[in-house]
Amino acid sequence: MTRTVTDVICPFCGTLCDDLEVVVSDDEKDLLEVYNACAIGAEKFLHSQAKDRITRPRMRQEDGSWKEISYDEAIEYTARMLTDAKKPLMYGWSSTNCEAQAVGSEIGEIVGAIMDNTATVCHGTSLIAVQDIGIPSCTLGEVKNRADRILFWGCNPAHAHPRHMSRYSIFPRGFFTGKGHTGRKVIVVDPRPTDTASLADVHLQVEQGRDYELLDALRVAFKGEKLPDFVAGIPKEKIYEAAETLKSGRFAIIFFGMGVTQSLGKNHNIDEAIAVTRDLNEYTKAAIMPMRGHYNVTGSGQVWGWLFGFPYAVDLSRGFARYNPGETTANDLLRRDEVDAVFVLGSDPGAHFPFSSVKKIYDRPSVAIDPHETPTTEVCKVHVPVAFVGVEVGGCAYRMDNVPIETRKVVEPPEGMMTDEEFLGRVLARVKEIKGV
Amino acid sequence: METVTLTIKNQPDLYLEADNITPDAFAGKKADEIANLHVYVGREQHRLGDFFEVSGNAGATPEETKIVVNGDLSRVKYIGMKMTGGEVVANGNADMYVGAWMQGGKITVNGNVDAFAGTGMKDGELVINGNAGNYLGAAYRGDWRGMQGGKITVKGNAGSDLGTFMNGGEIIVGGDVDVHVATHAEGGKIVIKGNAKSRLGGQMVEGEIYVLGNIDVMMPGFAYREDVDIEMDGIKGRFALYEGDLGERHRKRKGQPIYAKLYQQIGA
Amino acid sequence: MAEYLIKNGFVFDPVLGIRGDQADIAIKDGKIVETNAITNPKVIDAAGKTVMAGGVDIHAHVAGPKVNVGRNFRPEDKLFGYKPRNGIERMQGGFSVPTTIRTGYNYARMGYTTVMEAAMPPLYARHTHEEMRDTPILDQGAYPVFGNNWFVLEYLKNHEIENTAAYIAWLLRATKGYAVKVVNPGGTEAWAWGLNCENVHDPVPYFDITPAQIVTGLIEANEYLGLPHSMHVHANNLGNPGNYTTTLDTFKLSEGIKPKSKFGRDQVMHHTHVQFHSYGGDSWANVDSRAREIMDYVNSHDNITIDMGQVTLDETTTMTADGPFEHHLTELNHLKWANADVELETGSGVVPYVYSPNIKVCAIQWAIGLELALLAKDSSRIFLTTDHPNAGPFIRYPRVMKWLMSEEAREQQFDAFKHKDKVIEATNLAGIGRELDLYEIAQMTRAGPAKSLGLAHMYGGLAPGLEADVAVYDFNPNEPYAPDDIEKAFSNAEHLFKTGVQVVRDHEIASNGNKRTLWVNAKVNENPQVMRDVKEKFLRYYTVTLNNYEVTGHYLPNPYVIEVDATQ
Repeated sequence: MTRTVTDVICPFCGTLCDDLEVVVSDDEKDLLEVYNACAIGAEKFLHSQAKDRITRPRMRQEDGSWKEISYDEAIEYTARMLTDAKKPLMYGWSSTNCEAQAVGSEIGEIVGAIMDNTATVCHGTSLIAVQDIGIPSCTLGEVKNRADRILFWGCNPAHAHPRHMSRYSIFPRGFFTGKGHTGRKVIVVDPRPTDTASLADVHLQVEQGRDYELLDALRVAFKGEKLPDFVAGIPKEKIYEAAETLKSGRFAIIFFGMGVTQSLGKNHNIDEAIAVTRDLNEYTKAAIMPMRGHYNVTGSGQVWGWLFGFPYAVDLSRGFARYNPGETTANDLLRRDEVDAVFVLGSDPGAHFPFSSVKKIYDRPSVAIDPHETPTTEVCKVHVPVAFVGVEVGGCAYRMDNVPIETRKVVEPPEGMMTDEEFLGRVLARVKEIKGV
Repeated sequence: METVTLTIKNQPDLYLEADNITPDAFAGKKADEIANLHVYVGREQHRLGDFFEVSGNAGATPEETKIVVNGDLSRVKYIGMKMTGGEVVANGNADMYVGAWMQGGKITVNGNVDAFAGTGMKDGELVINGNAGNYLGAAYRGDWRGMQGGKITVKGNAGSDLGTFMNGGEIIVGGDVDVHVATHAEGGKIVIKGNAKSRLGGQMVEGEIYVLGNIDVMMPGFAYREDVDIEMDGIKGRFALYEGDLGERHRKRKGQPIYAKLYQQIGA
Repeated sequence: MAEYLIKNGFVFDPVLGIRGDQADIAIKDGKIVETNAITNPKVIDAAGKTVMAGGVDIHAHVAGPKVNVGRNFRPEDKLFGYKPRNGIERMQGGFSVPTTIRTGYNYARMGYTTVMEAAMPPLYARHTHEEMRDTPILDQGAYPVFGNNWFVLEYLKNHEIENTAAYIAWLLRATKGYAVKVVNPGGTEAWAWGLNCENVHDPVPYFDITPAQIVTGLIEANEYLGLPHSMHVHANNLGNPGNYTTTLDTFKLSEGIKPKSKFGRDQVMHHTHVQFHSYGGDSWANVDSRAREIMDYVNSHDNITIDMGQVTLDETTTMTADGPFEHHLTELNHLKWANADVELETGSGVVPYVYSPNIKVCAIQWAIGLELALLAKDSSRIFLTTDHPNAGPFIRYPRVMKWLMSEEAREQQFDAFKHKDKVIEATNLAGIGRELDLYEIAQMTRAGPAKSLGLAHMYGGLAPGLEADVAVYDFNPNEPYAPDDIEKAFSNAEHLFKTGVQVVRDHEIASNGNKRTLWVNAKVNENPQVMRDVKEKFLRYYTVTLNNYEVTGHYLPNPYVIEVDATQ
């Protein structure tokens, strides 16, 4: 016998689809099938069922081999590492729930950690831009129900956010958008001819690293001022035309991704894109939204926002919170040898950080909390496997438009496995004991 | 003017946060009291004297106090932060935040400085006789009130994000600069004696930039107006005047928009 | 639980009618009790001090998505102002938009124990509850916004009160909300197209309904349900010169409607931050105070309550579900602008703002807020607020008390204005000599808001049976004092009890309390049509499924449910 769980939330990307159906065995131990998800999302669910999954913490031995240890030993190691360090880095926090993020925040507060999340290599630059200029935005439902001008800048949802276009942006028929995609004009700005670009009415193939100039040119065009003949490799006629297309819509939305957040100019590209959106509101209605990656990177920024006032790169070392990307960001800290221990949860810096930073993790006392074996667990001293959030435990996650959705538990974790929140709760209790708080 | 000399004797294993190395914190204190001022390594609090030999007593006020810091300061942050008067001379490379939020007095660094020197500077003088890192004379994150006044002089090169949200004062760079100069600026003057890369004056509202060398890529929002002769602070020559950022908002005077000005030298 | 006896304080309590007489207050099992009902109390010597019930804030923006936008996009609001972790106190940061921890502590330091979040976007209700959960000490509730909600617009277009009421009951339950909030009715929906509704008869694009119909319909639906609080409105045209006529037009929509609630309130409309709605003139050059016209109306109509929205002359962060207003503001001051339109429901905007004493308009705004309170005949129908953080941060309430209680303090402020004479000319305040007393302050900050919220059976007074929320201030009203002594004493309560737990002792935070979240569970008759409409809207227009919409229990670890039965 099997049972179908409906309205399941996908813990993969920031699109946070919440209409999945998952077939589980009657004893709720096995996950059998996944419907409605994209290929990546379905894989995420099915991967949790791998028979060779690590289910107990392990410690690296001198000869490089792993030795299984108990959760109690892992908790002790983690608490000691964090309390012994002068300035530990607690990094990740994007593939977990807000409940765990809140407990982790309190640990960070007590041990004087630097808390950083995956925005640091992704949309952290967008957050800097928002701090400088703001952000006119909206929920994805506003896009579905109203938007008739869709601009994808430096992002490729066809691969990175596979259901974004069908659920929210290009194809859905909403309240004021009954014609679906035929009522929308789609512009893609990308140096590459991507699959998303192939769906566009207009593809502006911007010269690599010249997004800032092209965005500025759009603003010049809105105002009817003169442009040079070419900007960023695009002839000025096409820029004036794109500007007019955007202005003539009823509701324009700009989605942007790592093609602009991590290329030359970083936060400035986003700042200028937001300025474009501000300008458009002089003529029509316009909004802009980052295509957030991890399914709950947005949530960690929210939790730290209400607890500390900053969305990432939060330095708690002196007992109060400070923030300055370039100084308090994980890669800068590792590069400059500013931290003396590394704790990773809900992210894989081993795969995403520069090799020089990964080497620094390897050189330090380090713990990785992750359901999977990853490049990060390979360089850490202790690996603590945990239950999959959104599969084996529920909890709150924030979509790319900051909408909070409570993820669901659909199957039981393997017997005796802890969740992120449980593990952190135990570490918190131990840290309090050690520090006499 | 009394002089206090600090000589670094122990390097921190991480970085030293030394926001107390200012004439304001030293004023009225004797050498042993100065050695007892707090510094931090991560969450650990230490004495300044744990890391520095301290000799000499401070003057009664910041204005009467000069601090000379000797040695390799490349792991020391916040030298001269928030100082209101007096003088600091750092003989060596210094880390981040030299002269950040300074309001008066003078800092001279005989070496390089890392990022965020002169952040949110209000007044005073900051002289860097080496190279400067990124965000020299820029605003703190989110603040629309960047450099308000005072003067920053760099003998060598400066990094990216120079003078972000600058509202007043002057920055002179003897060498080259990296990308993004005077972003969002609404005032002030920046002189670049060497070459610039791209994104000069992006989103700039008001203020002036002078470039004596080359510019790799001009912002599309800057339009050439005319050639002008300029004689100013030892700079003399013929410059091409550009105005911008045309995409940005600009206030008007007598019906005419006031643009930011970018001058590029084209002849002696 | 420990018993307490607070002895010999000068008590100001409108509920008991005590106007500064010495009296003893007894606490047992979390409630105020008769002094002979306790046996072995801890005694607090309050001789020479002021004793009041815990403060009740009817309108502040302290938790939820736009508040967090304000925090996250203003790192400069936290620069150099952080308070380190110390003992049981967690670290606290932020000036105009404090962290949740600081919010709880700073209200407690002022002697406040109940704070209502004034605008909760329903789709973001979880977020609001997560923040309230992490706000220590305070009892809190949140008002979901209804004034631009598609269900409401469609039902009220045809004046379907019963359906509107059923939808309200459903949404209050789904979001664990407390009251019916209306912000710029129709105008925020119009803003989804970049437009606005500037007066009560300005039709909402596409929906073919006017703000007047929305407001009247929501009052009627609110009374149909008999909710604890009345409909709580921020009218159209906020912040614009000449807007006082829109405000009066909005007030008039309540005429002839009587409260039908067993929670003891007398009003059917609460109009919030009225300072922002009391402007004459037709431009910023000639804007002037119409507080007198506004208060003439309020004074003669007892089915309305209002709050001040007092400008405190600080640098702050404005945030409101009035999306078009924030866009208007960023066009004026060119500072960073965040906007978040929410599908089918609402919108919001956030912009920093500097209320400078050197700017004439800011000084006029300051005067108008105070005029409203000083021209009120009944201080129990106008409440002290700053629309935190819009007109200023809530930590300035004691400063507002000083201005209300001391003409000398007001004169000092007038003298500090750059355009003093022009400000005096444009306002009434210089000619008003009234100084409020602490009894009237207690009406404005305790008894009044508690009654308006329908919570007079819990908060706002010191009568036996009420929650033991008691503040002791180091302030002797019978000794001579300087104006600044008022601000100092009321910024820094000596003792504070929340539901019988001592949360402030000797001016220090002593406990993180037992914070509760209040919500209203209104039972209505089954309404298949509304449930059908809900299902359809979720299927077709929302981007979350209906089954993922409702806020479930663990977001409210300590809920306090107020039951309402509207099935009859």
